[in-house]
Amino acid sequence: MSETTETGPTFPLSQAQAFIEALPHARALGMRIEACGAAGVEMSMAWDARFVGDPETGVIHGGAVSALMDTAAGTMAMFSRDPPAVTATLGLRIDYMRSATPGERVRCRAVCFHRTRSVAFIRVTAWDDDAARPVATATGSFTLDPLPGARR
Amino acid sequence: MSAAPESAQSRKERRDAALAALVAGVPYARFLGIAIERRGDELTALLPFQPSLIGNPLIPALHGGATAAFLEVTAIIELAWSALIEDEAAIDPARLPRMPKTIDFSIDYLRPGLPRDAYARARVNRSGRRFASVHVEAWQDSRARPFATATGHFLMPGGAGAGDG
Repeated sequence: MSETTETGPTFPLSQAQAFIEALPHARALGMRIEACGAAGVEMSMAWDARFVGDPETGVIHGGAVSALMDTAAGTMAMFSRDPPAVTATLGLRIDYMRSATPGERVRCRAVCFHRTRSVAFIRVTAWDDDAARPVATATGSFTLDPLPGARR
Repeated sequence: MSAAPESAQSRKERRDAALAALVAGVPYARFLGIAIERRGDELTALLPFQPSLIGNPLIPALHGGATAAFLEVTAIIELAWSALIEDEAAIDPARLPRMPKTIDFSIDYLRPGLPRDAYARARVNRSGRRFASVHVEAWQDSRARPFATATGHFLMPGGAGAGDG
């Protein structure tokens, strides 16, 4: 399979949110899952004074946006398989297009655009309230291993 | 030219105060608990372990996003610091320059980050008037076995074309 389609399975949000809540760092950053399925994973994170990179502007640190994008991409890699896979980030490249507007929620959508037996290739786009202009984009490669006890 | 020569000890204290102010000026670095140590012209960043840095609690391993942020903070502080000490006389802990802005950042995850303290050092590969390229490596038990490395491009503050908000 070289492309995921829009018709892939979706996963219950409560279950997906419970998965995110089980990741201590995702919980520490208050990440919320907005959509979760084989067609894409959407997550968001509220602006928080503790996440700021430059107090003069109040702009959130790139590292916090990276953490959100990495989590969404990893979750996407996980749910690119049914049953879900165990995954780890191999590489992630982030392009910062512009500063996220202080006070606004950062949202992102991760899509799996190619998957092999062992690797998922994920693209992520992040926005604030202005959905027409991305804040950042990322591409990443993620390892795929079967869940312990699960059949391929 | 300064009027009176400054003692080496006073210069060291001024440098240390400037570095401390630089780090304290980044709330997200404080949130992650990052500290920066200076030995001469070499900076080492420290990420003390805390449970909130864990990504997957089953392994358990540091969250890739926490690692990415640690590397990025280290790169930015190194870059800001190396730009600052170019002009020794201008170092003023009370009036620090704006921080460089990340243009892109590319991370290689080499092995899982273990639930223990991590360290990182950055090297400025090129620093121009507007743009800089920085490489950074993070390790835990052995400096020779980094668990993550990254390279990023940065927009220098005040450079021509910089400052679009």
